[in-house]
Amino acid sequence: MSLYAQLFLSFVQIGLFSIGGGYAAMPLIQSQVVELHHWLDVGEFTDLITIAEMTPGPIAVNAATFVGTRIAGTPGAIVATFGCILPSCIIVSTLAYLYYKYKGLTIIQGILGSLRPAVVAMIASAGLTILLLVLWGEEGFHTNLADFNVIGLCIFAAAFFLLRKWKLNPILVMVLAGAVNLAVRMFVQ
Amino acid sequence: MDTKGDKKGSKKEGNSERDKMGSKIDSQADSQVGTAGNDKMGSKLLTLFLSTLYISAFTFGGGFVIITLMKKKFVDELHWIEEDEMLDLTAIAQSSPGAIAVNAAILVGYRVAGAPGMLTAVIGTILPPMVILSVISVFYAAFRDNRIVALVMAGMQAGVAAVIFDVVYTLGKNVLKEKSMLAVLIMLGSFVAVRFLGINIVFVILIVGVIGAVKTLFFDRKGEKA
Repeated sequence: MSLYAQLFLSFVQIGLFSIGGGYAAMPLIQSQVVELHHWLDVGEFTDLITIAEMTPGPIAVNAATFVGTRIAGTPGAIVATFGCILPSCIIVSTLAYLYYKYKGLTIIQGILGSLRPAVVAMIASAGLTILLLVLWGEEGFHTNLADFNVIGLCIFAAAFFLLRKWKLNPILVMVLAGAVNLAVRMFVQ
Repeated sequence: MDTKGDKKGSKKEGNSERDKMGSKIDSQADSQVGTAGNDKMGSKLLTLFLSTLYISAFTFGGGFVIITLMKKKFVDELHWIEEDEMLDLTAIAQSSPGAIAVNAAILVGYRVAGAPGMLTAVIGTILPPMVILSVISVFYAAFRDNRIVALVMAGMQAGVAAVIFDVVYTLGKNVLKEKSMLAVLIMLGSFVAVRFLGINIVFVILIVGVIGAVKTLFFDRKGEKA
C-alpha cells in the first residue's frame, strides 16, 4: 500500500472514531501515528500536541497536516486532512439533511428543545475549564493565592465587560487580550 | 427540502410563532439555493468563506470556542441562523464523529447555502490550521520555546474565556426566560454531570434526548390537543 493510501486510511479512522472532539481524538491519533505506523516518535507527538494547543484549528486537522507534511510533504498534508474530515462530511451532512427535514415533528422538537439547555451547560463547562486554566494554570483550582493569576483575572473581567457592554467583535477582544497580557508581563519584569 | 419538512411539521402541531419565522427563513434560503449561480449566491458564499476562514484562524482551545464565535457571527451579526437552531446544530456537531469545528462548519454551510455552502465552509475552516501547521512543522522548536508567543497565547486564553462566558450569559438568560422548570433542571444537571462527574458529553446528550422524547410523548399530548 502506498504511503498516501496509508495516511489517508489512518486519518479516516481518526476522523470516524473520535467523538466529542479535541482531546477525545488525542489517544486515537497517538495509536495510529506513533504506535501503529511509527510516523512520529513520542517526543514529536508531544510537540505536536503542544503546537496544536497553541495554534488555531481542531487537533485532528492539525495532526493530519503536521504528520502529512513531515512524512510526505504538502500532498501528504492534503491527503491526511482530507481523510480526517471525510467521515464528518458524510455523516454530518446526512444528519443536517434529516434535521431540516424532520425538525418540525413534535417528538423531534421535544428532543431538541430539551437538548438546548444541556448544550448551554456544556458550553459553560468548556468556558469554565479555560477560565480555571487562565487563573491557576495546569493544576486547576486550589487555594494557594501565590499562584493566582491576577492579571489574567483582570484581562478576563475587562474582556467580558467590553463584550457585554459595547458588544465589541469577539476576535478583536481576544487579540487585545493577548496584546495586553504581553505588554503587562513585559512591563512587570 | 426544508420547506417541505416544515409544512409536514406544522400540520402535525400547533404552529408557534418561532416555527413560522423558521419556515419563512427556510424558504428564503431555499429560493436562494435554487437560484445558484447568480450574484446573490456568489456573494453569500464569499461571505461564508471569509467568515469561516476568519473565525477558524482565531479559534484556539477546542470546538466550543468556534461554536461561540459562529453564534456571534451567523446568529447575532448576519442573522442567517436562529439562536435555537444554532443550539440544535451544536448538539449535532458535538455528538457526531470528527472535529467539532469541522462538523459545525458543515452544518452552518449546509444551512446557509446547501452543498456548495458546506464545501465552502469546510474549506474556510480547515485552510487556516493547514497553512499555519505546514509552516510551523518546518521550524516548530523555535516557535514552541518563544516567550512572546507564549505570553500572547496566555492572554488570548483569558479573552477566549470572556467570549464563552458572554455567549453563555445570553443563552442562559434565554433558557431562564422560558420559565420551564425542566429546562432549568436539565441545564443544571448537565452542568454537574459534565463538570463534576466527568460524564461523557455524548452520553449526556443521549440521556437528555430521551428525557425530551419521554416528556413529549407522555406529558405534552393533552396540551397539544387542547
